[in-house]
Amino acid sequence: MASFKPETEASLVDVVQAALADRTPLELIGNGTKAALGRPMQTAATLDLSNFSAVSLYEPEELVITAGAGTRLDEVRKLLDDKGQEFAFEPPDLSGLLGSAHAGTLGGMLACNLSGPRRLKAGAARDHILGVAGVSGRGEAFKAGGRVVKNVTGYDLAKLMAGSFGTLAALTMVTFKTLPRAEGEETLVIEGLSDEEAIAAMSLAMQSPCEVSAAAHLPQAVAKGVAMTLLRLEGVPPSIAYRRDKLIKMLAPSAPLHQLKAEDSRAQWISVRDVHPFAGPSDRYVWRLSVPPAEGARVAASLARQLDMRWFYDWTGGLIWLEVPPTADAAASLIRAAIPQGHATLMRADEATRNSVPIFQPQPAALSALARRVKIAFDPLGIFNPGRMQEGY
Amino acid sequence: MIAMPLPDKVTLARRREIAEALRQFVPGEGVIETPVEMRAYETDALTAYRQMPLVVVLPETTAQVSAVLKYCHAHGVKVVPRGAGTSLSGGALPLADGVLLGLGKFNRILDIDYANRCVVTQPGVTNLAITQAVEHKGFYYAPDPSSQIARTIGGNVAENSGGVHCLKYGLTANNVLGIEMVLVTGEVIRLGGKHLDSEAYDLLGVMTGSEGLLGVVTEATVRILQKPETARAVLVGFPSNEDAGRCVADIISAGIIPGGMEMMDRPAIHAAEEFVHAGYPLEAEALLIIELDGCPAEIDHLIERVVAIANRNRANSCRVSESEEERLVFWAGRKAAFPAVGRISPDYICMDGTIPRRRLPEVLNGMAELSRHYGLRVANVFHAGDGNLHPLILFDANDPDELTRAEKFGADILRLCVKVGGVLTGEHGVGIEKRDLMPEMFSEADLNQQQRLKCAFDDKGLLNPGKVFPVLHRCAELGRMVVRGGKLPHADLPRF
Repeated sequence: MASFKPETEASLVDVVQAALADRTPLELIGNGTKAALGRPMQTAATLDLSNFSAVSLYEPEELVITAGAGTRLDEVRKLLDDKGQEFAFEPPDLSGLLGSAHAGTLGGMLACNLSGPRRLKAGAARDHILGVAGVSGRGEAFKAGGRVVKNVTGYDLAKLMAGSFGTLAALTMVTFKTLPRAEGEETLVIEGLSDEEAIAAMSLAMQSPCEVSAAAHLPQAVAKGVAMTLLRLEGVPPSIAYRRDKLIKMLAPSAPLHQLKAEDSRAQWISVRDVHPFAGPSDRYVWRLSVPPAEGARVAASLARQLDMRWFYDWTGGLIWLEVPPTADAAASLIRAAIPQGHATLMRADEATRNSVPIFQPQPAALSALARRVKIAFDPLGIFNPGRMQEGY
Repeated sequence: MIAMPLPDKVTLARRREIAEALRQFVPGEGVIETPVEMRAYETDALTAYRQMPLVVVLPETTAQVSAVLKYCHAHGVKVVPRGAGTSLSGGALPLADGVLLGLGKFNRILDIDYANRCVVTQPGVTNLAITQAVEHKGFYYAPDPSSQIARTIGGNVAENSGGVHCLKYGLTANNVLGIEMVLVTGEVIRLGGKHLDSEAYDLLGVMTGSEGLLGVVTEATVRILQKPETARAVLVGFPSNEDAGRCVADIISAGIIPGGMEMMDRPAIHAAEEFVHAGYPLEAEALLIIELDGCPAEIDHLIERVVAIANRNRANSCRVSESEEERLVFWAGRKAAFPAVGRISPDYICMDGTIPRRRLPEVLNGMAELSRHYGLRVANVFHAGDGNLHPLILFDANDPDELTRAEKFGADILRLCVKVGGVLTGEHGVGIEKRDLMPEMFSEADLNQQQRLKCAFDDKGLLNPGKVFPVLHRCAELGRMVVRGGKLPHADLPRF
């Protein structure tokens, strides 16, 4: 299959223009680490954006970084780390889950709208993107947003790129907000709670002023031993100590508890963030469910009665990672019927299954029609990642 | 003055017929058409611009909004949505040939859900009312634009409002979880909900800050947060804007993100002090209010560091609030800055550019030069943490020449903001006020792409036309594509 790897915006425009003339559908890739996400596509060529990989601006005191969309996330992470900063939304490295080489690029991070355990406090990639530049499926270079945090000048097209899986534009440049990394962290671990008890405890913690920055629950089958409910506190050391004591007093669990300090806490949350419990190689399928946090245990319980599954919760119960046997329909209809509000995305399955099962949550007709019109506004001939998300976009 | 599109004579002639048709959907007093009653809707907070609408309609249900929009879409009638009418950029300015769709009757909070930490509300509920509904449980709604007493959530969504705490707690876009909205066709859709991630294309993100041009929000689910245990403020005076600016950069470089960080220049300090007697240092060229919030152990720890940083940056006065009353006094001057300036000038316009913070001294110097050039005074309040400037240009509207000069002055300030890498508007919106400046920041291709998105929502261009975009194109024209001939340029590109 042909591959195009432009080095400048002008040559990218040429490639897209020519693809339009020939009606050649293109698969957009950065480093290809998320090729296994989304619906399989029929494309004639790949458009490789990994040459757009330079950090053109990083001003820590202004809390901003601008880099090529093809810049590797792990490299940027190191750059930020050296200045005591980070992406506050904790973008995960899904390579273990997807069987890819590394965490991928900034463009991929945005296109998949990634977020980690701090999602409940700091949001996702969409909450930190400030500006983008790229080429639309019409073969026209455009930019949107800016480099400042507060900006309502025109429509937020930069946000629209979040979660668009490369179906709208080939991005060349992205500008993100950066934030200082917390000075310290500590995790309170409550042992042996049932799912319902865990979600109640996490909910109570989140309703306190203790500023819990992440709340996850690993049931026994995933925790390999005893179930663990994890509550993370971040900040300056005296503040962590104060809030930890307050949290223990408030929750007053009858169950045993212990604390994970600094590095142990970090490692634990990386494991949750990067979905280590379900890392491959494995032939079992993995779903990602986003539901109202208080509904988490109910959703999992109703599914567990019908499925041979393993699961764990992040975001106080609002995110459920679910591992199921590799059946033909990946239990899609069962899973989607169990969700009162929210959505389920099939994150890992073999290609045949990904071809036959709706990967993303099917949408009501009016919304789906609107999404299609949005696609046409950027890519009228459907040459960018055709059908990656749904039929028609 | 900024020109609005010429009204369509045919629509004007059909006014009676349109009003009658709307009465079928919204009975009784929900349709207003007498000039006396419509007067209340002729302007928003950009009061230099006034226009009587064709008809005012005040629906009470989503079904009514849907019916109104469906009718207007079918008959090619323009619609201007309106919340509380507090827009500073003319976003809710009526059109002579357009129906004004007021959402004031959508004034109920529908659901308070502490377990999921969110509130489901109708769009006509004020920003402050949400906090008031949940504060007995220690919660609040974080975005707090200064007019929060009057501003509605629907308007906040339309403008993506911020406030003094948004550096740490985000803008409206970061605090809205979901909406129900009506498309111009009358179709009702829901985006997001009580779950954290809104699925597929981030249409929720696009709707936030879309200034009433894409759809009408009829319900919003917003995130509520637990109030920090306590807050303390530091009031610091500096001998120059440069010193204050460097202090802000140093605080952030030290890894400290204050709950709020506000700056005022000398004219703003004096106006505020004369008005509320907050004890501001009158000898200072620049004033910073730095607020730290969280648990007491954290604040004590951080305040020491902030004071040390301020002193290193030549602070010539520095006070730390020792009580809640004192903290509120520190803020009283800042919060009253606009009315305080209103006392020293018959009129003022409030600008709203955002700049990279470190360019502040040069922007303030540029503003001082422009002030001399136009012969008009300017006072500055500044969300220092996020670079959002609010220059207040003082003038007398009874003198037409002063209004013209004030508008030109404002436009020059915004051009300066864009020149240093900033943007035209941080939180007030483009509306009509900054509409014709859009080409300063965006190329024709950029603006066309934005308008194509508008076409996906509103194919006939009926929702709030004349706002945001300086040139209106037909959707068919924007959708047209010129594809060059030729084959894929295989030869000159690396292949694998």
